Amino acid sequence: MSERLIVNFCGVEFKNPVIPASGTYGYGREYECLYPLSKLGGISVKGTTLNPRQGNEGPRVAETPSGMLNSVGLQNGGAKKFLEYELPNLLTKDTRIIANIAGASVEECAELASLIDPSQVDMVELNISCPNVKQGGAAFGTDCNVAAAVTAAVRKELPHKPLMVKLSPNVTSITDIAKSVEAAGADALSLINTLLGMRIDIKTRRPILHNNVGGLSGPAVFPVAVRMVWQVANAVKIPICGMGGISTWEDAVEMMMAGASTVQVGAAIFADPYAPVKIVEGLEQYCIDNGISNISEIVGTVEPW
Amino acid sequence: MYKQGNYPIIAKRAIGRGVFDVTIHCPEVAELARAGQFAQVAAEGFFLRRPISICDIDKERGTIRLVFEVRGKGTDKISELNVGQNIDIIAPLGNGFTCLEGAKAVCVGGGIGTPPMLGIAKCYGRDAEVISGFRTAGIAILQEDFAAAGCKTTLCTDDGTAGRKGFVTEALKERLQADKPDIIYACGPSVMLNGVAKLAKEYCVKCEVSLEQRMACGVGACLVCVCRTVKDGESYLSHVCKDGPVFDSEEVDFT
Ligand SMILES: Cc1cc2nc3c(=O)[nH]c(=O)nc-3n(C[C@H](O)[C@H](O)[C@H](O)COP(=O)(O)OP(=O)(O)OC[C@H]3O[C@@H](n4cnc5c(N)ncnc54)[C@H](O)[C@@H]3O)c2cc1C
Ligand SMILES: Cc1cc2nc3c(=O)[nH]c(=O)nc-3n(C[C@H](O)[C@H](O)[C@H](O)COP(=O)(O)O)c2cc1C
Ligand code: FES
Repeated sequence: MSERLIVNFCGVEFKNPVIPASGTYGYGREYECLYPLSKLGGISVKGTTLNPRQGNEGPRVAETPSGMLNSVGLQNGGAKKFLEYELPNLLTKDTRIIANIAGASVEECAELASLIDPSQVDMVELNISCPNVKQGGAAFGTDCNVAAAVTAAVRKELPHKPLMVKLSPNVTSITDIAKSVEAAGADALSLINTLLGMRIDIKTRRPILHNNVGGLSGPAVFPVAVRMVWQVANAVKIPICGMGGISTWEDAVEMMMAGASTVQVGAAIFADPYAPVKIVEGLEQYCIDNGISNISEIVGTVEPW
Repeated sequence: MYKQGNYPIIAKRAIGRGVFDVTIHCPEVAELARAGQFAQVAAEGFFLRRPISICDIDKERGTIRLVFEVRGKGTDKISELNVGQNIDIIAPLGNGFTCLEGAKAVCVGGGIGTPPMLGIAKCYGRDAEVISGFRTAGIAILQEDFAAAGCKTTLCTDDGTAGRKGFVTEALKERLQADKPDIIYACGPSVMLNGVAKLAKEYCVKCEVSLEQRMACGVGACLVCVCRTVKDGESYLSHVCKDGPVFDSEEVDFT
């Protein structure tokens, strides 16, 4: 790949702006047999908590028109397993590694940050927006003061890494949360996490998800995500990693025009595991066809009416 | 190791009411595939792929067979695909059954859980008995395939319209009393699997069951496809697509 797709995101150079989204790509192991992970700009790995978590009972997935609900509930092996087992392997893959962290309390988030800070991850993404856990999660991301407090606590324990905070769309004003998080010291924002939803099996009168409700993602949420990225881009100065429903290179271009400097691709990978790589190739061709010397030129270039 | 691709359908038959038997030419998949593994099949217009077991593998001709029942809109869409058209699959996925050499096996299939028994029954040929159960004669599938592979077949129907009237577990119990096999394989509704697992335990026979759960990625990345398992007295949420779909029945928590 050429220089055209290289982007600088919070001081970290990504070879291209395309990153599989947290929770949809594991730690990359499952996709390596299809293509080298070095084709990706980076990987946002599965959400890590301080201690191992089993997550919610199944079923954890329900199909929706053009998307899906999930209620995984942050199943993961904990920080120790991530740092000792997954990270050393990821560091050999020649791609940027974003650690995605979540905690049930401000203290837990801060402790996690202090464990991750000395590691070799390139960035940290603080998830204050998981809709599938009872404590922490979205409860952090829906109140400006709490969101700022978690961000500040993590910022303090993370002196050596850029901090990106992942926002929830399940709020009245995402720009207010974005501004609070920016003021509390975030270097970047990522959005959107999933939208809270529900499906019911009309034969059994039971929700399909055992957790009753879950997070909506996939193409269905794309216009909501574009709108939110655009609003937030106009409200803050820090860069944005845009996501929510991206499945083609055209979607990625649209998200970048709305104001995203990098993009994450999530649920689309389930339909087509090659999606992230196809998006990288599509962006390259788009730059060539339109005489764009670097993809960053299009960021935030939408001209509103 | 798995592949994703659009592969041509080279044969398609309706083999029962709403049940289709599709043969796909996909040498690279056939080469890798083992009995008990599955494919994630794209259904045009639907976001998630549908998991379907690989029923039969012909490595020489480079083909696999998928046998599935139309259960909803997604499988209905897949059933519209015809010979000459391509089918988009990710396969082979999951862990498959263990084939014991020189052993005797009993394969137990319940309804649309019967197709995954063909591949493993073929590994045993004359040393396998296939006990399969269906609601009624019109949907009793694959009996000739099992017979052609040399297996002994015992057909059960709920309504007695074909074979013996009654459940597969009754036929299995009789077999266990008369002549204990080295291993039992089972796929079907979870009540049936639970019954088979209990009998296997009672008669001290190793048993592998193939489980179902709703899936998204199919490869172990998204963690949605959980089932409760027990190992060394501890309870875990395992993933059907990666840790399964085949599990040792002693490890499955059917409650
Ligand atoms: C490992 C595995 C192997 C399977 N092998 C076969 C097979 O060989 N032949 C066969 O006929 N069927 C098989 N099934 C069941 C098959 O996947 C479902 O019947 C099918 O997904 C239903 O899709 P639908 O769109 O018709 O139904 P809908 O009910 O409209 O589907 C809605 C959603 O629920 C999911 N879903 C519904 N039922 C099931 C189920 N039982 N298991 C998993 N997901 C489900 C669908 O995939 C889809 O995402 C298997 C399932 C698994 C997990
Ligand atoms: C199965 C699944 C698991 C997820 N797990 C996480 C997670 O652990 N941490 C997190 O920050 N986001 C998680 N997400 C949210 C995604 O990273 C992403 O924000 C969201 O799915 C929207 O993007 P998409 O429409 O491209 O999937 C998960 C999403 C899915 C579908
Ligand atoms: S379906 Fe994604 S982990 Fe099993």
